[in-house]
Amino acid sequence: MKQFLLAAHMLLVSTVATLAETGPVQAILQEQGDLIVKSSRKTIGPAIEAVATSGLPEAQAVLQAWQVKNIWMRKSDGLFFLGERIDSKTYRLIDFDSGDTVGEYPKRALKNIKPNSGIRALIGTALVQFQLLDPDPDRRMEALDAIERAPDASLLAPLRNSIDGEGDAGIRARKMRIERLLTIAHGTGVDERVAAIEGMSTDLGVDVRAALNPLTRTRVMAFAGEIPDELNVARRLSPGSDDLPREEAYALLVATDLAPALVGRDAIREALVAGLEDNAAGGVQAGELGTDEARMRAYGMLAKAGTVPALVTDAEIDAALDAHVFAAVYAETSPAVTAAAESALARIANRVGLSQGADLALDALSLASIYFLAAIGLAITFGVMGVINMAHGEFIMMGAYTGYVVQQFIPHHAVSILVAVPLAFAVTFCAGVAMERLVIRWLYNRPLETLLATFGISIALQQLAKNIFGTQARPLTSPSWLDGAWVINDVISISHIRIAIFVLALIFLGIFLFIMHRTRLGLETRAVTQNRRMAAAMGIDPDRVNMLTFGLGSGIAGIAGVAIGLYAKVTSDLGADYIVQSFMTVVVGGVGNIWGTLLGATGIGFLQKGIEWFNPSNTLAAQTYMIIFIIVVFIQLRPQGIIPLKGRAAGD
Amino acid sequence: MSRSMFARNPSVLVFLAILGLFTLGVTLMSEWAGSEIVSTSFVKTLGKTLCLALVAVAMDLVWGYAGILSLGHFAFFGLGGYMIGMWLMYERTHGIVASSLAEATIPPTESEIAGAIGNQIFGVVGSSEFPAIWAFADSLALQLLFVVLVPGLFAFVFGWLAFRSRVTGVYLSILTQAMTLALALYLFQNDSGLRGNNGLSGLQNLPGLDHVPQSSISIWFFWASAGALALGYAFSAWIVSGKFGSVIRGIRDNESRVRFLGYPVEAYKLFVFTVTAMIAGIAGALYYPQAGIINPAEVAPIASIYLAVWVAIGGRGRLYGAVIGAAFVSLVSSWFTGGQAPDVNLGFYTIRWVDWWLVLLGLSFVAVTLLAPKGIGGLLDHWTGRLAPDRHGADLGPDSGSLREAEAEQ
Repeated sequence: MKQFLLAAHMLLVSTVATLAETGPVQAILQEQGDLIVKSSRKTIGPAIEAVATSGLPEAQAVLQAWQVKNIWMRKSDGLFFLGERIDSKTYRLIDFDSGDTVGEYPKRALKNIKPNSGIRALIGTALVQFQLLDPDPDRRMEALDAIERAPDASLLAPLRNSIDGEGDAGIRARKMRIERLLTIAHGTGVDERVAAIEGMSTDLGVDVRAALNPLTRTRVMAFAGEIPDELNVARRLSPGSDDLPREEAYALLVATDLAPALVGRDAIREALVAGLEDNAAGGVQAGELGTDEARMRAYGMLAKAGTVPALVTDAEIDAALDAHVFAAVYAETSPAVTAAAESALARIANRVGLSQGADLALDALSLASIYFLAAIGLAITFGVMGVINMAHGEFIMMGAYTGYVVQQFIPHHAVSILVAVPLAFAVTFCAGVAMERLVIRWLYNRPLETLLATFGISIALQQLAKNIFGTQARPLTSPSWLDGAWVINDVISISHIRIAIFVLALIFLGIFLFIMHRTRLGLETRAVTQNRRMAAAMGIDPDRVNMLTFGLGSGIAGIAGVAIGLYAKVTSDLGADYIVQSFMTVVVGGVGNIWGTLLGATGIGFLQKGIEWFNPSNTLAAQTYMIIFIIVVFIQLRPQGIIPLKGRAAGD
Repeated sequence: MSRSMFARNPSVLVFLAILGLFTLGVTLMSEWAGSEIVSTSFVKTLGKTLCLALVAVAMDLVWGYAGILSLGHFAFFGLGGYMIGMWLMYERTHGIVASSLAEATIPPTESEIAGAIGNQIFGVVGSSEFPAIWAFADSLALQLLFVVLVPGLFAFVFGWLAFRSRVTGVYLSILTQAMTLALALYLFQNDSGLRGNNGLSGLQNLPGLDHVPQSSISIWFFWASAGALALGYAFSAWIVSGKFGSVIRGIRDNESRVRFLGYPVEAYKLFVFTVTAMIAGIAGALYYPQAGIINPAEVAPIASIYLAVWVAIGGRGRLYGAVIGAAFVSLVSSWFTGGQAPDVNLGFYTIRWVDWWLVLLGLSFVAVTLLAPKGIGGLLDHWTGRLAPDRHGADLGPDSGSLREAEAEQ
């Protein structure tokens, strides 16, 4: 009875007579029936709007059914129903208003309403306002995602309406933020847009800049007389300045048909080829047209004859440029809005610059800790013992491969890393001790030959790794708690792995200092380094100390390998990529001093990132210039390193 | 003391005679002479090997005699190759472009030809403009001059900076390696003006000599390489034979002592470093037209280290040792990596030399360093009976003077 009354009410409003038993939704659909059946993107607007703004509880369901092509029209009376497929030939029809099944019909008695993709997008937009009010928070977030993907002026009103009723604080904040952004782009009044722009001028989000940038976009235009007042002029330009080179200015005149086109070299050539008669063009023999001068002469003759457009002289270009006014014009018409956007962008740019500086510093710090980690083992073998170990990079690689092998047996990532670290230390410690015993101890007084012999080991190990593990990169997966990044704001962020490497570098610094200054091995190592014979006389076995120290340095390289493998792919070239930088880190810092190595790594990390900042697209160039900088400046100023060795050990 | 250099160093004459006989033999057996015994590609391999022997002689001069373990001489070799490659590529492209444009109805202008050449050469790196360093690429004489001057200038500037600061020993080696890495990284960039990692290619075709078969060109380059090696060898022998040679050996054995005797050590080292870089440049200029292509990977630090490996295996401190080492290792290396070496079936595992050759090379290199510091050349001492007296213990190496290990312990 109630339904009937509602329907009757609708009937009074409606001019289209419908059957008495139809509900209000059916009435609206019938009213827009022609448009719906026609299904054209250009004309469908009123139909969607009629359903969406009807305020009926069923409107959302209707739109959703429409979007997924589930609306069927009964051919017999033109009524619309929700269709439910029974089999390929039969459909069950359900009334939108009552939800009752109307009956089962053969397919040929029905017509499916098939909106095209353009119409479906329009329906989707109309649906957003329902989703914004949906009781399910996830649906509301989805709706906001949809708005962010396709910000549209028509979404502004429903979004504003939905803010007041929003209960969830997080979603409310997001709604308000998106409302500001939409207002900047599509707001109706200048005042509200300026207010929105000013409100967002401290926000570093990329979306804010994306909303503001179109407002400040300008187009260079040329005017024959004065610039029309209705245009929002950013600034006047004079041709020949840096902002508007002479050629560009003239090209603009040509493009807007304000001046005749220049005749380029190619055009001259084509005109001459076209103008060839009796193997001559413009009175010049074809064989002589191999110089610019002859071509100009011939073209001049053709132009005089009127067959080709005349060349534009420099004087004509100047005259044309003088006769016109050039200006950069905003696409946005309101000066207040563009001024606000310019100042907001400038403020944002300042803050982004500061943040980028901080981000760069974090990057540099992380690079420095990687270099430090790669070099700390070398600081022991090269810095303390004076042994050049070109196979150091391969020890790093061995550590990384150890991590990879461990992960093949222990699938749990966190556990496998915890197992891999001591195992990598053990493997490379043994390799280092073996190498020291077999090769290096025979060459202690011959550093150049140590360099070459260890290089021989390095190429053998690299090829061995290729033979065993293949040439493709092997993954070393980090535990899930190391995934992701620490995001401070939209510009500054650093991945957790890099933080972990930084922490690891600090831990190693501590371990190194502890071993060198608080343990017997460290004491003996320092004694042997300073004066091997005196140390031996004091009862220290120098062979044993050298062996253990070398093993320690190699073992640390192995752990560094696990850490580096976590963020870089594990390949047989892994170590070779770091060896030169590692040596430079030690040399720059000053041999024999861990603090020097730390300073060296920091310096090289910051230097490389700093150079990259000037030319971010080209890291190769950054590395090149860094190395050259170090070679040229460094060896001239402090050839002994930042912290040089003092005393008798320095003489070696 | 008025005896000629050859009288004092009969080994030079012996070497030149052997080189001459070898060249003659290969020439007679080549396709150029109508024989089928030595194929054109093998003539090219031999010609390239002679170039490698020349750069090894240069390396021996700077390392074996002057004690500077440079890990950058193959970069100079590559630079020489790039310099000649620029001319070869420019002229050849010029010829192709000019002939294709000549078919047009009106003759091309200079700027049209230059634009088309630029497009051909630099199309791969997305550019068509000639970088400034190609300004003289059309002049063979200038580019030949650059083959010597550019490596020489690089070596001079680097050496001046490094030697002036008294950077010696392993530090110098690491710095030369860093310099080589910087150069290789620079060349890898597309905007370096030398076609990035594409390198220069098609160098085996000499411009204007399209009608000459490769068999002739290969033998010409073979002769040129043999001639360059003979000249370079004689020149190096001359340098090390006189008083100058004594001084640089003195610098190798005890730099401070030579300095205290009043010799300008830095100038001597700088001279040797620069001259050897120039020799390396010449060797590279002869090598790469035979190889056909040069790219930045050739300049990478690893190549320079291999150069040191050859010299060490051949026997440093003697020029013929460097030649033997370069020829032996590079030929054996191409035999192993070329897939010609038979696989070794161990039952449970088959050793394929393509995979295992580098392992063998690395380990044999360690063995040579440890067990036979004189290298292959040391075998000749056994043969000629010219053995040093047993001075108890291993050689302490160039840096620690003439003392032997056992003597130093006393």
